[in-house]
Amino acid sequence: MSIEISNISKTFGNFHALNNINLTVPSGELVALLGPSGCGKTTLLRIIAGLESADEGSILFNGADATHRNVREREVGFVFQHYALFRHMTVFENVAFGLRVRPKKTRPSNAEIHKRVHKLLELVQLDWLADRHPAQLSGGQRQRIALARALAVEPQVLLLDEPFGALDAKVRKELRRWLRQLHDELHITSVFVTHDQEEALEVADHVVVLNKGRIEQVGAPDEVYDKPATPFVYQFLGNVNLFHSRVHGGFAKVGELALPVDGHDTTHDAPASAYVRPHDIEILRSPENGSSFAATVSHIHAIGPIVRLELAREDATEIVEAELTRERYQELNLKAGERVYLKPRHLRVFLDENVT
Amino acid sequence: MAKQKNVLPGFNLSLGYALLYLSLIVLIPLSAAFIKTTELSLADFWTTVTAPRVMASYRLTFGASLIAALINAVFGLLIAWVLTRYTFPGRRIIDALVDLPFALPTAVAGIALTAVYAGNGWIGSHLEPLGIKVAFTPLGVMVALTFIGLPFVVRTVQPVLEDLSADTEEAAASLGATRWQTFTRIIFPGIWPALLTGFALAFARAIGEYGSVIFIAGNMPMVSEITPLIIITKLEQYDYAGATAVAVVMLVISFLLLFAINGLQWWSNRYLGSQR
Repeated sequence: MSIEISNISKTFGNFHALNNINLTVPSGELVALLGPSGCGKTTLLRIIAGLESADEGSILFNGADATHRNVREREVGFVFQHYALFRHMTVFENVAFGLRVRPKKTRPSNAEIHKRVHKLLELVQLDWLADRHPAQLSGGQRQRIALARALAVEPQVLLLDEPFGALDAKVRKELRRWLRQLHDELHITSVFVTHDQEEALEVADHVVVLNKGRIEQVGAPDEVYDKPATPFVYQFLGNVNLFHSRVHGGFAKVGELALPVDGHDTTHDAPASAYVRPHDIEILRSPENGSSFAATVSHIHAIGPIVRLELAREDATEIVEAELTRERYQELNLKAGERVYLKPRHLRVFLDENVT
Repeated sequence: MAKQKNVLPGFNLSLGYALLYLSLIVLIPLSAAFIKTTELSLADFWTTVTAPRVMASYRLTFGASLIAALINAVFGLLIAWVLTRYTFPGRRIIDALVDLPFALPTAVAGIALTAVYAGNGWIGSHLEPLGIKVAFTPLGVMVALTFIGLPFVVRTVQPVLEDLSADTEEAAASLGATRWQTFTRIIFPGIWPALLTGFALAFARAIGEYGSVIFIAGNMPMVSEITPLIIITKLEQYDYAGATAVAVVMLVISFLLLFAINGLQWWSNRYLGSQR
């Protein structure tokens, strides 16, 4: 089922949580709502679920207006950050709850409920925990039970509010891969909220980046990462170096350097911010005329396959972050305090008047 | 057997102190009541505690207390619900008012209730033409016992209601449960143990209540005379053994009732909690 969100706005007092949001979630996709805390992503999810009502705008499910439909009638499965399992019920009863509360006419028989619950528990690989209480489970297990419970009512849409936010890093990684697999099996239209860009980029078909109640960019993970539409998206998705520069006739001036940039051929001497990802900074032992600047190595974090460097520019007070492979690092044989030359491989420029 | 190490120090000392304190405050006075009763022969004891006037007082005390506690369970839950679920002007004042029956000297409560419910009082004067007499009847006893028991239910249920996360209710709603189903299947099982505790406390308090009741009850033998008053009357007649005999009966019944309620609580935690 597709979800269409049009002109949704929501305010809490004089705080604008959402500002004229328009978004379409195609049927069968897994979409991530990504943004910093307070950007309105959870509010948007709750409005889709019907747990919150929008001040303006409408929500369409498969083209049919669902704006005023009650949560109960929306046929959405909702997974909460803190699981929200029913403490006094066993795992089995938690999952069976959605079936048991149906009106008599549509309620499946006891045997049928049994069959369906066990099938779901098998799907989340926790069939052996059916008789336990939620308090006896680990966080990861609880969240999988919560997911099974949401799926029990055969929802048209699955909504997940920071589903892995309360779990530790290792379990979180495991579960998000598992969620992706599950989605590939079930193909249920899903929206999940996260503030973790890595999680969004790894799991989702499409990523919606939100900031201050507005959509900054919608796109496939590689698209938003490689071609960020706004400075905010650039900064939010991964580490980035920011250089203050001036753009003039197709070139950006950073310090003494003049670097060619696309799409600014007619720009006349405008202040701009230039963004470079740390892995797009090449480190050289000797200067390359016109395309590199000098810096001193101030810190080396050589843990893992990627070595992270902090460098102090010599022509400005800015700190530059660079990432390089372990091989390259060993090849260069770098030490703290040494002088090197930095060459930005890939530069993205936003004129300051557009910076929000 | 090897002595088990406990991380908390001073177990022996604190247990000893707790037992000594309990003995001084609770057990010794109670056992004194039992010992005093032994002055009576078994036959005398039996006639004293089963005299018609005394029997009538048991019925009134325990019956009115039970009804009062039940009323408090229902309306106390309602008040706790309103206080935790809604914000409205004056909420804090109402919250503070709940404690008033705790703080008010019971005699003051008794006089106030009598004044209001008497035939010429504010409420009594409207009820009398309808044929409802409150003051100086068993109904009046119930009103007084309801009044003093209210805070117990509200104060035990309120924190539990506050602790219930909105998440679980929203989860229930998203799974298709109606508000009523959410209440009966999700909220109520969560607050049931606290409600039972509140009920037991209100009940126990009502059984022992004296001050507020004697003003409004009218104390007519066989009709509106509560057991604590019987005890006082016997004491005033220097019938110490008779007084303690009745006291012992009250003590045993109260103990059994509290025991039963505790058992019910244990049972509900154990079985309702994991109901299939």
